[in-house]
Amino acid sequence: MANRIVVDPVTRIEGHLRIEVEVQDGKVVDAYSSGTMVRGFELILKGRDPRDAWAFTERACGVCTTVHALASVRAVEDAVGITVPPNADLIRNLMFCAQFLQDHAVHFYHLHALDWVDVVSALKADPKKTSELAQSLSNWPNSSPGYFSDLQKRLTTFVESGQLGIFANGYWGHPAYKLPAEVNLIGVAHYLEALEWQKEIVKVHTIFGGKNPHPNYLVGGVPCSLNINEVNAINVERLAMVGKLFDDAQRFVEQVYIPDLLAVAGFYKDWGAIGGGLPNYMSFGDLPTKGFADVSGFKFPRGVILNRNLSEVLPIDPKDPMEVQEFVSHSWYDYTGGDVGKHPWDGETTLNYTGPKPPYDQLEVEQKYSWMKTPRWKGHPMEVGPLARLLVAYAAGNTEVQDAVGGVLKQLDVPVAALFSTLGRTAARGIETLLVARWAKEFYQQLLDNIKAGDARTADISKWEPATWPAETRGVGFTEAPRGALSHWIVIRNGKIDNYQLVVPSTWNASPRDAKGQLSAYESSLVGTPVADTGQPLEILRTIHSFDPCIACAVHIHDPHGRHVHHLDTF
Amino acid sequence: MGRALTIWEQARLQGHSRRDFLKFCAWLTAAAGMESSAIAQVVQALETKPRLPVVWFHFQECTCCSESFIRSSHPIVSDIILDKLSLDYTQTLQAAAGVQAEKALHDTMAKHFGEYLMLVEGSIPTAADGVYCTIAGRTALDIVKEAAAGAKAIVAWGSCASNGCIQAASPNPTGATPVHRIITDKPIIKVPGCPPIGEVMAGTIVHLLAFGTIPELDRVGRPKAFYSRRVHDTCYRRPNYDAGLFVESWDDENAKKGYCLYKMGCRGPTTYNACAVTKWNNGVSFPIQSGHGCIGCSEENFWDNGPFYQRLTNLPGFPIEATADRVGLAVGAATAVGLGAHAVLTFVRKRDVKGGHESAEPKPQE
Repeated sequence: MANRIVVDPVTRIEGHLRIEVEVQDGKVVDAYSSGTMVRGFELILKGRDPRDAWAFTERACGVCTTVHALASVRAVEDAVGITVPPNADLIRNLMFCAQFLQDHAVHFYHLHALDWVDVVSALKADPKKTSELAQSLSNWPNSSPGYFSDLQKRLTTFVESGQLGIFANGYWGHPAYKLPAEVNLIGVAHYLEALEWQKEIVKVHTIFGGKNPHPNYLVGGVPCSLNINEVNAINVERLAMVGKLFDDAQRFVEQVYIPDLLAVAGFYKDWGAIGGGLPNYMSFGDLPTKGFADVSGFKFPRGVILNRNLSEVLPIDPKDPMEVQEFVSHSWYDYTGGDVGKHPWDGETTLNYTGPKPPYDQLEVEQKYSWMKTPRWKGHPMEVGPLARLLVAYAAGNTEVQDAVGGVLKQLDVPVAALFSTLGRTAARGIETLLVARWAKEFYQQLLDNIKAGDARTADISKWEPATWPAETRGVGFTEAPRGALSHWIVIRNGKIDNYQLVVPSTWNASPRDAKGQLSAYESSLVGTPVADTGQPLEILRTIHSFDPCIACAVHIHDPHGRHVHHLDTF
Repeated sequence: MGRALTIWEQARLQGHSRRDFLKFCAWLTAAAGMESSAIAQVVQALETKPRLPVVWFHFQECTCCSESFIRSSHPIVSDIILDKLSLDYTQTLQAAAGVQAEKALHDTMAKHFGEYLMLVEGSIPTAADGVYCTIAGRTALDIVKEAAAGAKAIVAWGSCASNGCIQAASPNPTGATPVHRIITDKPIIKVPGCPPIGEVMAGTIVHLLAFGTIPELDRVGRPKAFYSRRVHDTCYRRPNYDAGLFVESWDDENAKKGYCLYKMGCRGPTTYNACAVTKWNNGVSFPIQSGHGCIGCSEENFWDNGPFYQRLTNLPGFPIEATADRVGLAVGAATAVGLGAHAVLTFVRKRDVKGGHESAEPKPQE
C-alpha cells in the first residue's frame, strides 16, 4: 500500500509549490506537482502601451529578475522590426551574465546546499583539517584554521541560543547526509560568504539599469547612455566597476563555487543515477554574438534533444503552431473545444477551480490539481534549464562546452550518462556558471572595443513612436532564464497590447501531466527517488531543488467573469 | 539551551570588535533615520535584547522584496539580520519544508504570542474565497488573519503588501488586497517599492529592533525616514529641470550629458522614496542616474498611472516643503478642494490608462 507524502510549502524556492508523492517500499512510485498561487497579468496588460510591457512582465519574478524584461523588449522589437545597436546587445548580455552568476550561486548555496550540507554536523569538524581540506581544494584566501574555528564558534553559539531561525526543524542528522563534518563546515562558511558576494555582482544591473532587483530596460536598446567624457553617463569609472565586478565573480566561481560543487558531488555520486526523469531537453538559446537575429551566433545554442540522443539536435520553430502547445487536462482551467492542445497564439484561459475547498489535506490528483498549464513540444514533455542548455550545446558540437563538461565528468570520474540525473542538473548549473563568467569578460572587452572604435550608440529610436508601427503586428521574444527556455508572445493592434502571453521554464518543468498521462519533468524525475524516512522529505527536496523551482512565474492568468481569455504564464 | 544571547554578545562571539559594534550601531542609527544623539540608545538596545522572533510570509508576490532584503549592503548588516533576528519562518531561505516548516511557524506563533514581528511580502487574493493562493492547503486570507492575531506589529514589505501592486492593477482579476485592508487592529508599517531598497528594509527592521517602537510614519503609513521626500526634490538632475535642460529622446546628446528625464516620463515629481539619496545596491546608482525615468514604484496605483513614457501633465509645482502628509491631506480633501496635485494626476491616469493617449497636453516648465 502506497503512502502519500505531501510537501507544502516546498521552501527554498521562488513561489508556491506543492508536491504530493506516493511512496512504496522506500521509493517514490508516483508524483504530483501543483502550483498553488495565481496572480493574473494578461488582463492587466491588455490595452496598455507595449513599450511598458517589460516593466509589468519583469515583476513576474524577482529572483530571476531581468529575464522577462529582456524577453519582453525582444518581443516588441520583433513585432515592430527594430534591430538594437551592438552595444545594446552587449550590455544586455552583460546583464544576462550578471543574473546567471548571482542566481546560480544563490541557488547552489542558499536554496540547494542545505539538501546536501548538514549544518549541525559542521559543529563537530576539526578546524585544522577543514583548513587543510579547503586549501587542497582551492586558492580561496579565507581558509585558515582560525577562520574555520571562529566560524564554528559562531555556529555553536547560534545553535546553543535555542533560536535556530532559518535552520529550525531542518533535517539534520538524516541518514541521507553523507558529507564529512569538515566539508559541512566549508559549506556553511561559503553559504555566508556567498550571501555577501551575491549582492556585489548585481551591481552590474545597478550600473546599467539603475537598480536590482528589477533593473530598467528599453524597447530599442538600453536606457543608459555611454559617454566616456561625461560624469553623468556610463563613463570609464562605471565601466571599470563592471570590469572589476566580473573579475571578482569569476574568481568566486572558480575558487569557491566550482571546488565546492566538486567536493560535495564527490560524496553523492549515487545521485548521478537518481532523478533523471524525462529524456527530452529543450533550449531556446541566448547570448548573441552576431546580433539577436542570427541564432547561429548564440553562445547557448537553440535546439531539442529527444530520448537522450546526443548525436542529434532537432531544430525548433517556435512560431510554428504545431510545435509548442499547451494543455489543461489537469489544470484548473477550461478550454473551448475540450481537452485539446493550443498554441500560445490561440491560447485561452478560463479559470475553473475544481479542487478541494481549503483547508484541504490532499489534492484530487486524478482530476485537476494545479494552476499551471502543461506545455508540450510536438506532443513531447521537455525538460528545460541548465542541463538542457548544456546538453544541447554539447550535442551540437560546441567544443568549449564539451571541454567544460568533460573536465567536470573526469574530475568526478563519472560517465556522460550521470548527467541525466539530480546530480547532473546541479553540476550543469555550476558548469554553465563557469562558462558565463568567462563569456562576460569577452562581452565586456567587446564593449570597450566598440567605444574605442567610436561607436557609443545604445538605442535605436527610429521606431520608438507607435505611429511608426503597422496597425496590427505580432512578435516573439526569447531568452534563456536561469531556469530555462522563456518566450513572450505579443500581439499589437493600433499601438496597444491586444494579446500578451508568456510560456516559461517552470511551466515546462513543474506542470501537471497531460491528456495522455505523460508526466512533466518534476513529476517524472521524482519517480524512483528513494525516501529513507517518510516523515522527512529530504530526498524529494534534493530532486525538486535541482530544477531551481520558480513558481510565481509559472501560473496562468484567469478571468473571474468566466470569459474566455488568452493565457499568461508568468515566469 | 541557555538564555538567548544579546546582539552584542553574539557580535563579540563572531569576532567583531567593540569598535565594529559601535560603528554598526552608528550606522543603524543613521540608517533608521535617527539623530546621532540616539546612538547610545541603539548601543544599549543591541547589548541587552535577545533576538526578536520574526515570521515572514509570501503571498501573491515575485520574491523581489526578499531578494532586495538580502542585498542590504552595509558591513555586518547581513550577519545581524540573519543572526540577530530569529527568522523562524521564511519560505525563501528556511531549511525545513512542508510539515516541518509549518511547525516552525506555529511553534513561534504559540511560544511568542503577542511578541513576534510579522513580515508580509505579497498581496492577499480575496476573490473566490481566496483559492488563488494557498499554502499547506490553507488560503492566504486564512493564514494572514491567524498570524496577525499574535503579532506585535506587521511590516508590509513592498508595494504588493502595501498597495496591492501589479496584481491589483486594473482589472485586479484575483481581488488582490494589501494587508491593511484585511488587518485593522495591529500597527502596520508600509515599506512600499517594487522592491523597496534593501537598506530601507534593513533600516526599518533596525528601528524596531533598536527602539522597540514603530518609526514615525507619514499619513499613509510609511516611515518618514525614507518616504518623506519626493525623488524629484532630492534628484541630482534637478538643476537640469530647473534650467530647462531635458532629454528629448533616448540616447540623444542630452541623454549623454545626463539631463533631466522629465520629458521621458519620469515619475520623480510624484514619487516619495529614498532612491535619489540612499540609492540602490550600496549607493551604486538609481534609475535616473542610469538613464531611465522613475516609474513611481513606491506609489499606490503606479501601474495604472502610466503609460510610463508619457510625461506627467502640468505639474502644479508644489514646493519641496510639501511632504507626503500634506499632499495626502490634499488628496483627502480633493472632493472639496479639487486641487490636490497627487489626486488630479492619479485621477487622470486612472481614467486614461487603458483608453488611449491622454488628452491633456503636458506643460513642461522650460
